[in-house]
Amino acid sequence: MSVDRATVLRIARLARVAITDEEAQRLESELSGILDWVAQLDELDTANVEPMTRVEAMTMKMRKDEVTDGFCADDIVKNAPEEDDHYFVVPKIVE
Amino acid sequence: MDAKSENSNLIAGDTGDWEVVIGMEVHAQVTSNAKLFSGASTEFGGDPNSHVSLVDAAMPGMLPVINETCVAQAVRTGLGLKAEINLYSVFDRKNYFYPDLPQGYQISQYKNPIVGEGEVIVDLLSGERVIVGIERLHLEQDAGKSLHDQHPQNSYVDLNRSGVALMEIVSKPDLRSSEQAKAYVSKLRTILRYLGTCDGNMEQGSLRADVNVSVRRPGDEFGTRCEIKNVNSIRFIGQAIEYEARRQIEIIEDGGTIDQETRLFDAKTGETRSMRSKEEAHDYRYFPDPDLLPLELSQEFVDEIAASLPELPDEKRARFIADYGLTPYDADVLVSERESVDYFEEVATGRDAKQAANWVINELFGRLNKEGLTIGDGPISSAQLGGIVDLIKDGTISGKIAKDVFDIVWTEGGDPAEIVEKRGLKQVTDTGAIEKAVDEVMAANPDKVAQAKEKPALAGWFVGQVMKATGGKASPQAVNALLKSKLGIE
Repeated sequence: MSVDRATVLRIARLARVAITDEEAQRLESELSGILDWVAQLDELDTANVEPMTRVEAMTMKMRKDEVTDGFCADDIVKNAPEEDDHYFVVPKIVE
Repeated sequence: MDAKSENSNLIAGDTGDWEVVIGMEVHAQVTSNAKLFSGASTEFGGDPNSHVSLVDAAMPGMLPVINETCVAQAVRTGLGLKAEINLYSVFDRKNYFYPDLPQGYQISQYKNPIVGEGEVIVDLLSGERVIVGIERLHLEQDAGKSLHDQHPQNSYVDLNRSGVALMEIVSKPDLRSSEQAKAYVSKLRTILRYLGTCDGNMEQGSLRADVNVSVRRPGDEFGTRCEIKNVNSIRFIGQAIEYEARRQIEIIEDGGTIDQETRLFDAKTGETRSMRSKEEAHDYRYFPDPDLLPLELSQEFVDEIAASLPELPDEKRARFIADYGLTPYDADVLVSERESVDYFEEVATGRDAKQAANWVINELFGRLNKEGLTIGDGPISSAQLGGIVDLIKDGTISGKIAKDVFDIVWTEGGDPAEIVEKRGLKQVTDTGAIEKAVDEVMAANPDKVAQAKEKPALAGWFVGQVMKATGGKASPQAVNALLKSKLGIE
């Protein structure tokens, strides 16, 4: 099994997902299964194969350096649980 | 660096000498109108969340589209750092949670940065020269800003900075003292400002540094380093390094070991303190951003930028020394700020560059410093100062009167030539008038005349008297010549 309990808990914490012990146990085997399955790809020799980054031959589109957006603070904070004077209000961040 | 200068940077501990090793990660805000991946404004100081698009706020379904100018600015900076430009680079997601990072990840470049290895030449006041290797430069997004003092229980978040393009410029661990580190950041800032790729405004956060500090016995392997995050002034960079090096030396000399950790510099106390405990050490889980294709540049794109690079500080400095005969110190003073050097070159064009340098450095900078002004705020234009230099050159006024004219132009403005004309400040070269003054001074002081004939050095007193009698307008050369012949002290 490639994923142990400690790894599951660590990943959950990094992703800010709260999980129960039961779920952790289940995820341990599920995540291991997924990784083992993907690990089959290791059987192929890809040493000289360029990573695939696109299906069609296309290059990254670029935008011109012009201000075309913004000035919509009402919309930006509309869904915020709490706002004040167009600021997002969040629980105190302690450094 | 030779062995001697290296030794001078050592720190004496209780058990022997220590060497501090410093590497820097400088975050420089790219000068652009719009953000790295959105069309929102980068302007500083907008109303809260006014310079924010739905992309910057990470609303579902929004996609990033890269700003071509930001890419060009990174390439331009790379060329200015004499660095290799990578025609193929990749944007990755750096994953972490923080309230000022709505995406939950920062788009950055990890394995394939846009710029590779380069170098920065750093000249210190002592004459010491350090060549600092650049490891890489990559493009990334800035985060938003959290305010903690608006409310007792809450923090306020403004995303105006969120998504603004930053260049992270990573140096090699080539720096060996706080002086070198400070000089490196100053030089880097100067280069960026010449290039026009970052305004270098440290108060507004356009330039900030993460400083990696470790200590070792001279000649040993590198020690364990601590990273001091987000130091936002050159003076603080020096203080943070001094404190941190001392702290590490004390721990090791007391038999302890250094924990690799992130620390914060507290400007109030001048100390650094631990920021994150070990178990919370960040695991950023970088992976290529699936929203963005690799960034592929053509050689023509790079060549075009290379062709438009301005003359950089090192080249200017060398030219001023070689062609104008300026001292390395004067050349450094002039090239350190782009506005200063532009001003100087305007004054120097078509004039004696050495004299122009003297007037810019001694009179103008001296006065600006005294009044706490920067060159942009000074009331004398380069054309006005050039006019004063012209009047000295053609003999219309003496150097002494020129200082008075400078003072008048500074406080009242106006054209120097007109001022000299209107106020009768022209140098008196008319020998008759000077001769009359010389005769009068000699007639009134027969004892001094006798003394001066014995001791020619006393002739200086007569020069002073004659200058006084003519209101400082007599040509000093003419006065000297006349006095010498009349006193017979050739």
